[in-house]
Amino acid sequence: MSALPATRHLLGVGDLTAGDVERILDTARALSRSLDREVKKLPTLRGRLVLNLFYESSTRTLASFELAAKRLSADTMTLRAAGSSVDKGESLRDTAQTLAEYEPDVIVVRHPHIGAPKLVASATRAHVVNAGDGKHQHPTQALLDLFTIQEALGHLDGVSVAIVGDVLHSRVARSLVEALLLVGAEPVLVGPPTLIPRGIEELGCSVSHRIEEIVDVDVIYTLRMQSERMEAGAAFVPSLREYTALYGITPERVRPGQVVMHPGPMNRGIEIDPRVADSGASLVTTQVRSGLVVRMAILYDLLTAPGVGVAAVALEVA
Amino acid sequence: MLASRNGRLDSLTVRARVVDPGEGLDMPASVTIEEGIVTAVDAVASAPAGLVLAPAFVDPHVHLRTPGREDEETIASGTAAAAAGGYCAIVAMPNTDPVVDTAPVLRALVEQALEEAVVPTGFTAAISKGQRGEELTEMAELAAAGAIAFTDDGRPVASAGLMQRALAYSAVADRPLALHCEEPTLSRDGQMHEGAVSAELGLAGWPSVAESLMVERDLSLAGYERRPIHLQHLSARASVDAVRRARALGVRVSAEATPHHLCATDELVRTLDANAKMNPPLGGEDDRRALVEGLLDGTVDCIATDHAPHARHEKDVPFEQAPFGVTGLETAFAALNTFLVREGEVPLAVALDRLSAGPARALGLPVPRIAVGEPANVVLFDLEAEWTVSEAGFRSRSANSWLLGQTLVGSVVKTVAAGRVVFSA
Repeated sequence: MSALPATRHLLGVGDLTAGDVERILDTARALSRSLDREVKKLPTLRGRLVLNLFYESSTRTLASFELAAKRLSADTMTLRAAGSSVDKGESLRDTAQTLAEYEPDVIVVRHPHIGAPKLVASATRAHVVNAGDGKHQHPTQALLDLFTIQEALGHLDGVSVAIVGDVLHSRVARSLVEALLLVGAEPVLVGPPTLIPRGIEELGCSVSHRIEEIVDVDVIYTLRMQSERMEAGAAFVPSLREYTALYGITPERVRPGQVVMHPGPMNRGIEIDPRVADSGASLVTTQVRSGLVVRMAILYDLLTAPGVGVAAVALEVA
Repeated sequence: MLASRNGRLDSLTVRARVVDPGEGLDMPASVTIEEGIVTAVDAVASAPAGLVLAPAFVDPHVHLRTPGREDEETIASGTAAAAAGGYCAIVAMPNTDPVVDTAPVLRALVEQALEEAVVPTGFTAAISKGQRGEELTEMAELAAAGAIAFTDDGRPVASAGLMQRALAYSAVADRPLALHCEEPTLSRDGQMHEGAVSAELGLAGWPSVAESLMVERDLSLAGYERRPIHLQHLSARASVDAVRRARALGVRVSAEATPHHLCATDELVRTLDANAKMNPPLGGEDDRRALVEGLLDGTVDCIATDHAPHARHEKDVPFEQAPFGVTGLETAFAALNTFLVREGEVPLAVALDRLSAGPARALGLPVPRIAVGEPANVVLFDLEAEWTVSEAGFRSRSANSWLLGQTLVGSVVKTVAAGRVVFSA
């Protein structure tokens, strides 16, 4: 094998520099203009193969990766754990090596266990994108959230973001904290002590257990509260009722001028009051649209040399 | 009782820097071994650079995976690994399949060791039947069959009541209990040390208090029952502090630390490599410092590898799906020399004492000594030799080392165990 440059992956926010983030968001902005046209498909990735390898259920992430690839004219193939050889006990490495023989350009991996995308990256020559690995990372979600905030507020630097809820079990929160710090925004984590991981403040974010802290922030980012956290023996919080009373995002807790985000799927009436979810302050549906263009930008960025992406896309869209 | 296969007793003469902390020896000398017995230790003017002869090592904590997982290790392969690591005696854990909880299982192992063990090997038996933590094993019969100690290693004795009974009854068997301290309702589904790194990675945290709370409980019970205990693989500062306090109060306690807990921290888990996954997990830097301080002042009197072979396909999976444990017999000395001795954290003599005399005393085994009339149990190593840890170099059947690919300094040149040359590089 010749001395090729190392294959670029997006396994975590830690793989990105501030410059990478800026370039990807710029590309996404250029691509979003293409979605306003009557014919939305671009020929950019024609002949490329994007393989979605999903070991965990997903609606929006899978749909948006699939559509992102199709909008860029790539071929797509989706494999789910259910009904595949994984059911027959095949190891992740064997599955990855098998799929590698189809020579995919990109493999998008979602897996319930931390580090699975990294293992796939070590077993294939494809660019690997982490679409969520256990409680670890969900970098494309973090990038789409940055894009959403930038579009709504006009900038990222100095923006204060309260991330509210079950941080302990949230890959969304981990990726977002790192991404916000990377672009000069100010994350604060708000939630019950049992759902904030010990030591997380060493990342450089602040931590509070009082919902009153959200009054001063620009963005309220609500995390999904999973009911299994209340199962016997887990005892992270005594009840959903008490959780909602203490940390639920109600209209009374949202100040005019603040925006509210949620990665979905929402538990209306638990972590977010439906009146907030459906209000003008909510960016939840904007996040979905951002997800599509940001994932298009990521596929584009990985499959072209860094630095040339922005100009080339701008040219095609014009 | 230690068992190994028979062989010819060897005769040889070695000129090296001879270091035996127990004998107060550190000088260039020529050591003569005749038919397995040290017959002369003569001072000489100089010795070849880098060559050190020391009492061979004793490992109080090895998993030989036999019976049940001979694909991972056998008595033959595990003891060959021990010989290559400079060990003259090792003690195997009973968490096999079946568990060593009856005399017939133990006797079969001893017989097998007489056939194939390269290095004298002792076996422990379980504290509780099936290591289920419910009923005591027949300790007296197991001791008579050769059990070195009793342990449920791999899992804790969760019930304080059963532990108290086990301690009291162990007087009948006159053997120490070796304890894996872990409060399971605190360690839960923990994957790594709870701290900033686990918070960042999202791996379920294993709080260090899960160990230290159990250490405190077992020290209290041992003090109450006036029985000796041996604490396995300590990993937390609070545990070391508790041992120091208890010993000052007269509790008879010995304590192990592993090379990986002494040399590495939870930062290693950032690789997400399953070879950074152990039970107990690698601690924080403060915990590591506390273990080193414990080693220096003798609170930690044993270095144990907790050599835990695992099949390659079982470790080549995402971190959370992998079993706990790493191999260590063939890298222990080099790791300690590279990361602690050469860095000035631990004097060579202290490391050698905790690798040999410390564990021998803790488990009531003969202390290897370099003195005229003693059986030859010596290791010759080159303190300066560099080598790179690779899968191909291992005698162990498994290669799940946390050091794969690393370059270490210090290599074993020759091992003599019970008067026989068992390893020559």
